[in-house]
Amino acid sequence: MDLSIALLLVQDGITNGAIYALLALALVLVFTVTRVIFVPAGEFVTYGTLTLAALQLNKPPGTVGLLLGLAAVAGAMEVYATARDRAWHRLPGRLAVYVAVPAAIAALVWAVAPAGLALPLQIVCTVAIVTALGPLLYRVAYQPLAEASVLVLLIVSVAAHLTMIGLGLWFFGAEGSRTPPFTGESFHIGDMSFSGQSLLVLLFSLMVIGALWLFFDRTLYGKALRATALNRTGARLVGISPNLAGSLTFMLAAMLGAFSGVLIGPITTVYYDSGFLISLKGFVGAIIGGLSSYPLAALGSLLVGLLESFSSFWASAFKEVIVFTLIIPVLLWRSLTTHHHEEDE
Amino acid sequence: MQSLKPLMAAAALLVCGTALADINVGVTLSATGPAASLGIPEKNTFEMLGSPTIGGQKVNFIILDDKSDTTEAVKNTRKLIGEDKVDVIVGSTVTPNSLAMRDVVVEAEIPMVSMAASALIINPVDPKTRWVFKTPQNDSLMADAVAISMKANGVTTLGYIGFADAYGDSWLTEIKRSAQTAGIKIVAEEKYNRNDPSVTGQVLKLLAAKPDAILIAGSGTPAATPHKELVARGYKGKIYQTHGVANADFLRVVGKDGNGALLPAGPMLVYEQLADGNPVKKSAAAYVSKYEGKYGPDSRTTFGGHAWDAYLLLERAIPEALKKAQPGTKAFRVALRDALESVKDAAGANGVFNMSAADHNGFDNRARVMVKIDNGKWVLVK
Repeated sequence: MDLSIALLLVQDGITNGAIYALLALALVLVFTVTRVIFVPAGEFVTYGTLTLAALQLNKPPGTVGLLLGLAAVAGAMEVYATARDRAWHRLPGRLAVYVAVPAAIAALVWAVAPAGLALPLQIVCTVAIVTALGPLLYRVAYQPLAEASVLVLLIVSVAAHLTMIGLGLWFFGAEGSRTPPFTGESFHIGDMSFSGQSLLVLLFSLMVIGALWLFFDRTLYGKALRATALNRTGARLVGISPNLAGSLTFMLAAMLGAFSGVLIGPITTVYYDSGFLISLKGFVGAIIGGLSSYPLAALGSLLVGLLESFSSFWASAFKEVIVFTLIIPVLLWRSLTTHHHEEDE
Repeated sequence: MQSLKPLMAAAALLVCGTALADINVGVTLSATGPAASLGIPEKNTFEMLGSPTIGGQKVNFIILDDKSDTTEAVKNTRKLIGEDKVDVIVGSTVTPNSLAMRDVVVEAEIPMVSMAASALIINPVDPKTRWVFKTPQNDSLMADAVAISMKANGVTTLGYIGFADAYGDSWLTEIKRSAQTAGIKIVAEEKYNRNDPSVTGQVLKLLAAKPDAILIAGSGTPAATPHKELVARGYKGKIYQTHGVANADFLRVVGKDGNGALLPAGPMLVYEQLADGNPVKKSAAAYVSKYEGKYGPDSRTTFGGHAWDAYLLLERAIPEALKKAQPGTKAFRVALRDALESVKDAAGANGVFNMSAADHNGFDNRARVMVKIDNGKWVLVK
């Protein structure tokens, strides 16, 4: 192994690590605010890539149907909830959020998809569809159980994950898709060449991390989410709605998934069931961050990416084994260095 | 629920009543899970067949999905035998499932026709494999074709990258044997998983070994991942794929990077380009035109062809068995097994079957052709 190979592997590792980092951030965000282990995170990635791929074939993607279906269920749940509480004055607002907005996105995509859009517009459509799925998933699957234990929420997550994989197979078929690269450019520094695509991934991930930081530090909604993450009951007492916090969190997580999907599409072939392994690696990164620290989770994901890339060179047959074994020393180290807090139910 | 019980019993009776008169074929295949891209065309093929009539008897296909999972395949087989009282089992799509199902069919003494590739399913011939047949070509047949083509192209060193599963392992064993016979040295062996987002590490290591040719042993679109990476890293040698990639989705994903790649395949893939005298041409044409008529142009895959071939074997064997016994009896199943073993000169979509007690696959060299990818099309290498 010489230096140029090592540098190529580092480049590959960082590119994949950046995508795992986006997922790790989504996992940490969802867990801290809602206590949900977000198993279906990976499905949002695959939905992102495959929706974009479908749009490129000028077909309305199957996710549009899912969006409408979820919106209908969420709408019915809202009508039932407001009828039960006799709080009819809230209904129009809620229906606007859970039914009108998703329906508008779906109608728009359905109308423009066959016309063949430019790549940036296709990306906007993709991110809009997949992001809109997040709050709907929360409303339908998690909100009725928001006060349940972490274990129950995990079980719901597994169910959501399996359902979304099955729907993915139905929507997109068993074979994978690739999307065209955003840029065919490559840069040369000495002997080394960097593909524009990997630089773009890295740049974009950094931008998203920066935007998230601004959101949490500078905006009211961001602060509300942080408050909910720190102390749910306290946040509720000062008037932060846990439902709003949950929906918002899932929206952000779905958006991170959609971005990852759009970014990873040109680098690799994505299948309906690719998401789980990607999110599992993001999960290893998030565990390194103790499911609570954003910077540590991002660094952990980079470590996972690098480890994966180097182990694929040295021992390709054992690559996954090496990557997932990493979690054992990390858990040991964390259990030795941190105090265990009993969850207050 | 209580009030429904008599109704359900009546319905069950009705089902049994009609079923006893027909021939029931139990099909378990991998329509979901990792092998879905192989299992779906097989399922489509059986659905396309509907309920045909063979030898004056109506044939029912009872199709179950085993989710590419071994346990599920065994469970399905037990269910088909125990509840549906089938006369023959067809399946499964993948080798591990088929291997596990053998024990069940031998115990119940029911013939089974597998649609999975490995020769291990039917070899060696012993009491256990007596009841088991298979329609896809043995990997060894395909590996020999690859080695012969490599030798003709002046290849002396070969790099290998394949799936880290039964498919890849089987190919690695076979290509090692074939390459040795052809005097080709394997200089690098790498493995990857079908869902890996990146194979840069493996590809760099292959390139460092500087082989004349590289064989990628994967199935479906995942086999495009190392292919595209090799081209992107400027590999100039020949790239070989296996017959696992023979579907339109692979061509779509590999795009122009696929140009010039060679692979062994069932002749069905390029049946239009076969010589008119080739016995496979007619059977393949019948299958492909029917299949593409229903599922759209270019939807053909050789995997669906294996399902069609399983049906053709039954079409040959069932009339023979009917002469000896009635469907639903043990005597019929024994007769069906014997009839399957004596099928001769049956032209299927992927080759010509000549079964014997020693060979429960029955294919010869007519079951393989070398195919080249040229601008998104399969071109027969003559």
